[in-house]
Amino acid sequence: MNDSATNETQAGTDAAGDEKVKLLSRGVKVFYGDKQALFDVDLDINENEVTALIGPSGCGKSTYLRSLNRMNDTIDICRVEGDIILDGDNIYDKAVDVVHLRARVGMVFQKPNPFPKSIYDNVAYGPRIHGIATGKEELDGIVQTALEKAGLWTEVKDRLDAPGTGLSGGQQQRLCIARAVAVSPEVILMDEPCSALDPIATAKIEELIDELRENFTIVIVTHSMQQAARVSQKTAFFHLGYLVEVDETEKMFTNPSDERTQGYITGRFG
Amino acid sequence: MSFPVILGVLVLLTILGFFVGRSRAMGVVGGQANQLHSRPHYYGHFIGAWCAIPGVLLFLAWVALETSVIESMVIASLPPNLANLPQAEMNLLINDIVNLSRGDVTSRAVVETDVRAAADFYAQLKSSSKTLLLAITVVLALAGMLFARARIAPDLRARNRVERVVMIIMIICSTIAVLTTIGIVLSLVFESLRFFQKVAPTDFIFGLEWSPQTALRADQVGATGLFGAIPLLAGTMLISFIAMCVAAPVGLMAAIYMSEYAPAKVRGAVKPALEVLAGIPTVVYGFFAALTVAPFFRDTGIELGLVISSESALAAGMVMGIMIIPFVSSLSDDVISAVPQSLREGAYGLGATKSETIKQVILPAALPGIVGSLLLAVSRAIGETMIVVMAAGLAANLTANPFEAVTTVTVQIVTLLVGDQEFDSAKTLAAFALGLILFCVTLVLNIIALSIVNKYREQYD
Repeated sequence: MNDSATNETQAGTDAAGDEKVKLLSRGVKVFYGDKQALFDVDLDINENEVTALIGPSGCGKSTYLRSLNRMNDTIDICRVEGDIILDGDNIYDKAVDVVHLRARVGMVFQKPNPFPKSIYDNVAYGPRIHGIATGKEELDGIVQTALEKAGLWTEVKDRLDAPGTGLSGGQQQRLCIARAVAVSPEVILMDEPCSALDPIATAKIEELIDELRENFTIVIVTHSMQQAARVSQKTAFFHLGYLVEVDETEKMFTNPSDERTQGYITGRFG
Repeated sequence: MSFPVILGVLVLLTILGFFVGRSRAMGVVGGQANQLHSRPHYYGHFIGAWCAIPGVLLFLAWVALETSVIESMVIASLPPNLANLPQAEMNLLINDIVNLSRGDVTSRAVVETDVRAAADFYAQLKSSSKTLLLAITVVLALAGMLFARARIAPDLRARNRVERVVMIIMIICSTIAVLTTIGIVLSLVFESLRFFQKVAPTDFIFGLEWSPQTALRADQVGATGLFGAIPLLAGTMLISFIAMCVAAPVGLMAAIYMSEYAPAKVRGAVKPALEVLAGIPTVVYGFFAALTVAPFFRDTGIELGLVISSESALAAGMVMGIMIIPFVSSLSDDVISAVPQSLREGAYGLGATKSETIKQVILPAALPGIVGSLLLAVSRAIGETMIVVMAAGLAANLTANPFEAVTTVTVQIVTLLVGDQEFDSAKTLAAFALGLILFCVTLVLNIIALSIVNKYREQYD
């Protein structure tokens, strides 16, 4: 615990010098029908950092996360206003193909949702549809690398043909992470990835998130403040649809500037 | 005094028993319901069951045995010259006595006094039997009520007993369906066995000629009596195949559109509209096929230089396909909609397009249900009768040409049994053998469907 906390602090300060903003949000508003769920969110997400979104239930953090890869498009009554800029391009621009966007911004969901296919086919699914691999061997390599990155390779290498749905909950979630990683996205969005898992599986995934940070930009929604403190470099606190405060994780948990953040973190509400 | 009155009395006594039981239970504990083992109304049901069940059992036994007991009593009362008649004449006599007692006409020109007396005796027995039944029922119900009332005590486990009674009733209900099926199958099997005594099973199952006219006279021409089922099975398969060629793609595409693409409003309108198709009586489809579709195909055939008979497998199959579209579309729509949203989002999250998501994730996940719906549609097509009777013809051609007239198993069963028939000729009995074949084919299809569904079933929780 202490070691990783120190590491994170160092990482945070190291990165402070040459931070590059990967995802930039300006005035993001989200509406479900007539109801506004998100009000004017301005948030910068740095490359190769873990940004945690925290806040009480219904505060809009998942809604914000889902607007980052336009997953909200699948909900008929949902409408997004404002600008979300990925590497200089507005992702809500008409010219942007949502399929292409989602290949760059992958997602891991709250409940593990492996496809009803074999473990291998689950991981190979993304590379196949995007034509990333040219041959069987290259695909095998991608699958193995993705499973290794997700820390699942040693557990499943002998049964890649077994159905993905037959794995345990924690393994399924790591399979879903491997599936997301296999497409080589630039950003990975995680919507409470550990909420359906036991503490041991949670610890594994948290470790994994820390490793994935080297290659990916990660945004994670979490209900657990300990988890936010453990895995993230930057934390954003949402409340009632507003982004209340965003800062270095270290500072957020020791010396938040907003009273509401203080109240939520110390457990006075939420 | 009729049976409904007796049943009504039983119901009233049961209701009375319920209130007696409930108030007795409350009385035993002095109004402190929490000192009872079960809630007070269970004690009511407990006494109600004691009132009703013996009475109902007696009633059923009485109804089953009454006629034969009374008849044997009447026969015993007959004078010796009538009592010793041979069986067939005795049946006739009994019939006359029963008719006479109701005041109907009889087959006798002159009614002898003995017979008149027997009829009166019969009527008297009938009415006293009802009175007796009522009396015994009331006594039984009251005895049950008193017996059960005496047993009510705070620690009587009334709930468990009542629940056991309810469970037994449910078991009986579920066995009724099974027993009915077994009964139908047995009657099919026995009549088929009689048929196979007249016609060799191999001739029936492998025979290539169907011409069920049996000769009445030895020198009759054109009545060969050939019972080869192959042309009928081939006709059934051909028409079902054509029907599935129409229903499977159309139904599946409609299901995919409704569940994945259609806005909620469109789905709300289209789905019930498609299901209306399932509500059209098959007779209506039949004359639609015979009067509209078949002539249309024939005329089109003439234009194109094809020979299409006016009763063709094509017309019957197409219309049947339209009829079973809702079976495919509605069931498939349900299973596709049941695929969890999380799977869709998982695929979208990887950058899959909508069509990739549908083809590679949703359809495989929904496959067991889709296969189930297709096989259900096939069973429906094989068993369908009216459309083929009207539009496919009666000629047992062994052909794969959809433009010719063919006939099916169901059509032949209908033609074999319509009209005046003697029930022991090979011709009539053949209908049962055909029914047995039909039953076996649909049974095998259902077993295949179930095993596919079980093999590929995915559990989503």
